[in-house]
Amino acid sequence: MEPFPQETAPLPGATVIKAVGLTKRYGVLDVLQGIDLEAHEGEVISILGASGSGKSTFLRCLNLLEVPSGGALNILGEDIRFRLKRGEQHIADARQVNRLRSQVGMVFQNFCLWSHRTVLQNVMEGPIHVQGRNRYEVRDEAEKTLARVGMLNRAEYYPSQLSGGQQQRVAIARAIVMRPRVLLFDEPTSALDPELVGEVLKVMRDLASEGRTMLIVTHEMAFARDVSSRIVFLEKGTVRAQGSPQDLFKGGMDESFDRFISHFSRPG
Amino acid sequence: MNTQSLALVGFGPDGWGKLLLLAAGLTLAAAVCSFALGSLLGTVGAALKLAPNHALRWIGTFYTTLFRGIPEILVVYLFYFGGSLALTHLMHLAGFPGFFSLPSFVIGVVAIALVSGAYQTEAFRSAYCRLERGQIEAGKACGMSSTVLLRRIIAPQTLRFALPALGNIWQSVLKETALLSIIGLVELLRQSTIASGATRQPLLFYGVAALVYLIMGQTTALGIRAVEKRFSRCWGR
Repeated sequence: MEPFPQETAPLPGATVIKAVGLTKRYGVLDVLQGIDLEAHEGEVISILGASGSGKSTFLRCLNLLEVPSGGALNILGEDIRFRLKRGEQHIADARQVNRLRSQVGMVFQNFCLWSHRTVLQNVMEGPIHVQGRNRYEVRDEAEKTLARVGMLNRAEYYPSQLSGGQQQRVAIARAIVMRPRVLLFDEPTSALDPELVGEVLKVMRDLASEGRTMLIVTHEMAFARDVSSRIVFLEKGTVRAQGSPQDLFKGGMDESFDRFISHFSRPG
Repeated sequence: MNTQSLALVGFGPDGWGKLLLLAAGLTLAAAVCSFALGSLLGTVGAALKLAPNHALRWIGTFYTTLFRGIPEILVVYLFYFGGSLALTHLMHLAGFPGFFSLPSFVIGVVAIALVSGAYQTEAFRSAYCRLERGQIEAGKACGMSSTVLLRRIIAPQTLRFALPALGNIWQSVLKETALLSIIGLVELLRQSTIASGATRQPLLFYGVAALVYLIMGQTTALGIRAVEKRFSRCWGR
């Protein structure tokens, strides 16, 4: 078991994720056509784009749930090692990837809580069975984390007994209890009923205000504008525009982006 | 049932009770061993059938097709006669003349395990296919190695989903042990045949045997249902 890395004080500006010319191809379909992105400690980056622009695929490449077809990927200062097999890239070192994944939290669109485990067990699973931490210490921290997302009173419930918003808050607790250095959110509110979106966004706002490093794929424009330090706009598998939310949202910076946000007339 | 019949199936000096009970014990032992070995085979079979490698999948399919397609009684015969022939041949090669055979308990258990393993393969495979891919991804995303993922997420959920099918397979394994009577194992059916021959009371003894099979089957079914109920709390059903 790898020793669990202590939570280090955020080095302002240190690069946590660096993708260079990242590509992903499914058969003849080029989903990502060379994406460059550098994320620094403390940044909150919202990745926007129409469906099919490759934003989820890109996010999933960052913790190797999708293996990029080409390009270079550096996570927390380590170059991910790939090997070629029959012309396709594969993960070369599973232990390296597992080690890095335990420091990169992921929150899914469909929550993906483990249905055979209670809320508390879901949150304790990773620290105990991946990081090898002490059960009692973890229990304590898991309860504190659940309290932070307002789910401690549901600790003994099973996921199927919770609403979508509650499940997603548990999923966020499950990610942050691992003390990750980066958090990835893959459309965290897209599967929620509209009245449940707010409670999840509130938790995410709190995390952002703590100075956590976050990469968020979302369709919540108001949230992206208010919370992000940077917006990355993808189109057809490439970075079409990026910049601060102030610059991008005032319009006139990129025609395509302006057209994209004009579809979201929801006041925010 | 009159007092004479009661004495015949009872535990008195003229009673067959003790022998029947022993035979029922042997039936249960054969069923448990066959089912357990079958679970092992089923796990391997399911892993083969789900393997990315084409050749491995083919072996898995060959196994399930073969043992689900041949009548159980034929499998028992094949193993009984084939097993003895092979063993005798091997012993001759090693310089031991004469005829050798494996204990019928072992042969019977292996034969029934192979058949039940083929069915368990399908139970495990279809249960695995019901797992939500997202939950497996969630395990990977927090850094689980494939062994931890298998042990903590995949195995418990697969087992839960396979449980109803496994219950059915257990019931049929219990009944299939009756086939071992044809290769000379004195299990419940064989003992009843012996008793009914000796007393000329076939209806009585076969009736008792039927009752004992039912009791064993239903008791274990209750147990399985209780486990199922406990596990399904988390699925909210």
